[in-house]
Amino acid sequence: MATTYTLINSNTLSSSAASVTFSSIPATYDDLVLQASIRNNRSSVMGGCRVRFNNLSTSIYSYTYVDSDGSSATSTRSSATTEFEFVGNGNTSTADTFGSLELYLPNYTGSAKKCFSTFAVSENNATNANIRAEADLMDITSAINQITFLLPGASTYSIGSSFWLYGIKNS
Amino acid sequence: MADTPTKVIVDCSTGITEVLPLTAAEIADLETARLAAEDQRVAAEAEAAARAEARAELLDRLGITEEEVQLLLG
Repeated sequence: MATTYTLINSNTLSSSAASVTFSSIPATYDDLVLQASIRNNRSSVMGGCRVRFNNLSTSIYSYTYVDSDGSSATSTRSSATTEFEFVGNGNTSTADTFGSLELYLPNYTGSAKKCFSTFAVSENNATNANIRAEADLMDITSAINQITFLLPGASTYSIGSSFWLYGIKNS
Repeated sequence: MADTPTKVIVDCSTGITEVLPLTAAEIADLETARLAAEDQRVAAEAEAAARAEARAELLDRLGITEEEVQLLLG
């Protein structure tokens, strides 16, 4: 039976870091799955996180998301941004809780613009938490070979934040 | 003085992970990106709020509720 879901690489932070990059991603799979368990030092419950592809910071990223905090839901569309914005845990969420994120990027080596989905939550042992489902598009027509997690300004991902990159083969 | 932020680079071709200090230019780039994204987020939220307000005003003028609109459209 073919192995269709393969861990390409992973990292769990043993010290805080401003960014985490998966570089030289092999072009030998059909799709990519990126999972993260993240917390950062921003002074909020929902700390957020940012992601760029192929080290490109021009205005090529667009997204539409629905975000709910349990009392209200909002929908937002942003286009021509310089990075994607997802949710994660900030430093005022319950200690030792981490936000969860999963990104599914099909056909990452194709020559068309890349569309993908992201599902992320900020977790909290209290009433304040968020869930966000996002449809994403990036104007990159070359193969994706690098993915970088960033944060605004001088913020850092906390110790224990983990990142996993998987490759999917259709057969 | 605060420690210089670091970046983690996982090379998927070799499996080697490096932890390197950010350069001043990289720190400046991050801050610039943050400001740009924040501007876009604020603009998008303002646009959504304006649309919602216009919709509410229109419904008010028409004298119908949101639920009644959904019934008409359903």
